[in-house]
Amino acid sequence: METAAKSASICPAKVSEILAKYSRRPDALVSILHDVQKEAGYLSEEAITEIASGLDIPVSKVYGVATFYTLFSTKPKGQYVIRVCENAPCHVLGAKAIVEALEKELGIPMGGTTSDGKFTLEYTSCLGVCGVAPAIMINEAVYGNLTPERVPLILKEYK
Amino acid sequence: MEFYRSHVLVCGGTPCVLEGCKGVRDALIAEVKRRGLDREVKVVETGCLGPCDLGPVIVVYPEGTLYQKVRVSDVPEIVEQHLLKGRVVTRLVGEAPQAGVVKYEEPTYLGVQERIVLRNCGVIDPESIEEYIARDGYRALAKCLTEMKPADVIEAVKKSGLVGRGGAAFPTGLKWSFTAKADADQKYILCNADEGEPGTFKDRLILEGDPHSILEGMAIAGYAVGADKGFIYVRGEYVLSIERLGKAIEQAKALGLLGSNIFGSGFSFDVEIRKGAGAYVCGEETGLIESIEGKRGEPRIKPPYPGTEGLYGKPTVVNNVETIANIPPILLNGPDWFRKFGTERCPGTKVFTLTGDINNKGLIEVPMGITLRRVIYEIGGGIPGGREFKMAQTGGTSGGCLPKELLDVPMDYFTLPEHGSALGSGALLIMDASHCIVDIAECFMRFFEHESCGKCTPCREGTARLHEIVAKIARGEGKPGDLELLDELGSVMQVSSLCGLGQAAPVPIKTMLKYFRDEFEAHINDRLCPTGTCGI
Amino acid sequence: MKTVEELERIRKQAQAMTRLREGKETTRIVVGMGTCGIAAGARETLSAIMDELAKRNIQDVVVTQTGCVGLCEQEPIVDVIKPGAAKVTYGKVTKEKARQIVASHIVNGQVVGEWVIASA
Repeated sequence: METAAKSASICPAKVSEILAKYSRRPDALVSILHDVQKEAGYLSEEAITEIASGLDIPVSKVYGVATFYTLFSTKPKGQYVIRVCENAPCHVLGAKAIVEALEKELGIPMGGTTSDGKFTLEYTSCLGVCGVAPAIMINEAVYGNLTPERVPLILKEYK
Repeated sequence: MEFYRSHVLVCGGTPCVLEGCKGVRDALIAEVKRRGLDREVKVVETGCLGPCDLGPVIVVYPEGTLYQKVRVSDVPEIVEQHLLKGRVVTRLVGEAPQAGVVKYEEPTYLGVQERIVLRNCGVIDPESIEEYIARDGYRALAKCLTEMKPADVIEAVKKSGLVGRGGAAFPTGLKWSFTAKADADQKYILCNADEGEPGTFKDRLILEGDPHSILEGMAIAGYAVGADKGFIYVRGEYVLSIERLGKAIEQAKALGLLGSNIFGSGFSFDVEIRKGAGAYVCGEETGLIESIEGKRGEPRIKPPYPGTEGLYGKPTVVNNVETIANIPPILLNGPDWFRKFGTERCPGTKVFTLTGDINNKGLIEVPMGITLRRVIYEIGGGIPGGREFKMAQTGGTSGGCLPKELLDVPMDYFTLPEHGSALGSGALLIMDASHCIVDIAECFMRFFEHESCGKCTPCREGTARLHEIVAKIARGEGKPGDLELLDELGSVMQVSSLCGLGQAAPVPIKTMLKYFRDEFEAHINDRLCPTGTCGI
Repeated sequence: MKTVEELERIRKQAQAMTRLREGKETTRIVVGMGTCGIAAGARETLSAIMDELAKRNIQDVVVTQTGCVGLCEQEPIVDVIKPGAAKVTYGKVTKEKARQIVASHIVNGQVVGEWVIASA
């Protein structure tokens, strides 16, 4: 999971270091992508090309895997990625109102990133904390029992 | 620790305090002492016991006899008759409904539950292997490795009647026997912890609350089938699960409970964590295997099944977290013990996650075959605000929706399918009468369109069309024939999709059409939402 | 680990340890720290408890964590186990409630009945 969009690109040496950690095994691709994204914030074209040549597999294959999984991103994201659950259990308990509150508070639609690069707003698959639905995740922290009124208070911690 | 033959609980909750329980407690202590019973009987003041309208309440264990509206003047009689002579003072037991004695069970929450899988959750510190060991941890593994042959282990699991708890309900012992029989230089145990079914979080709770039970269960499975390597595939969102599993693996290795030559038996076993990256379809066993191999998590065509040709082409057992958590207690206590729980066809317990419009949201473990009504109203505390029940979806988003007419259907892996639904992963989403069926249906179908991996046409195109049609109805643009089209398309997907995702995607919509068709029709024909909530 | 006896030895030791902890001298406060608990604010609850204990210079109380017991609706959940008394489980323990539980249950021995969700 990405923590912060640091620099726009990752240096080839760092990619190489990550590849070495997994003995350049193509079957470790998912783990490698996790690590590279954690380092760089997202999976850039350069990073994908670098990984492909390092593992000696086609770029198309790496790109295919990078775009298959929702936790990977080939575009830069905000420093804080806000993942909103809108699956049935959260939906039933009012997730829609949470989405509206977040959009209003940040001034961006779902899928967007604030112009200062601080927040990205996106949907997530079920976070598995339905007992405290509706819920969101900001980077690695989960917030539950949300109400539209609590949204600005939580965002304040990150602003 | 001192041992007492009897414990007397005196309720010290606020309502009982108002009714004078303090006086009762003091009188009890004094009377017990006067009779010389203070070394045998322990008087305990507890928090609220629940039945507040009956206070002050006292409960005598081990019998569990509940006395109500106890006065100080009643105390000598209770002590003399019950604690000294073992006779229940029926006068104070109140209006005894059945057997003359009211059996006290915690009426709210833990009372009806049987905890096998969750035996340690919320009880031990999950980051301490010593606490797990203190509660009989790793004793089942020791027993298997030192007293049983691999074939005996498989036989015990077969006899227990355990079936897979991930949703498919395949007999676990039989699955193991396929891999055990396969001839290969390398075999694997895979724990499927890619819990992506919306509304399901039982695996997370087990991994976070009792990670060692999974390591122990996997090692036992490894011994049974001849595998020395295990992988746990955990979804990337489960940050805490991954962290605690990692610590547990380190601890087990440090004590030599994982690693080489465990208990001097010559058996070696290692476990690695693999972190998922957000794909619902990876919960499908072959999709999961593809993902571990570093590929897109697209399901494979079966056969061959993983049991004979799985991870890296080698024989592989893939078991769900809850299934594996059942293994150590089954081996430790024997298959006959396990069969005492649940039903004949479906022994054991099931962990359900209660979500939606229900007072006690959370997670419970109850015997197989319990009815929906008992789960909602006895354990779940009913629906908030006393609102009317509309429907429950069993088994997660890919499960069917049951109307109130089916509240008394026993829930197990064989009965629910007879009503078009499934037990699945054990998710129970409760919805009250305020929800619009079309709005909920759209939420479900949006999910499947997003999660279809795109490998096979019926699922890739089918999920998109299902969502499109339902969305149209929700916008008030539905037309006659749409419902028939949904039904037909659903049937095609069920028979022609490659994996469980496409086969299950139409289940919720088909059951909704079966039980709530008039509500769909009102949206199409009258452009009207009967609940008035979906904004049509 | 090479022998079953070794496991037995650790088990006995660990049991003795937990008994000691649950038994006589020490009061134990257990905070549910599963993801749902944390999402509902268990970290704040935990730090409020630690802070309140420190402020009052209470040292014979052990604070530990556990996984989720399943009652997510009631999170954050806090158990108080006093020597010789039954376990008392509190639900929806905000940081304010946590401080009050320390003050009235731990210090003064008064169970805060209205927040109790179970006891055994």
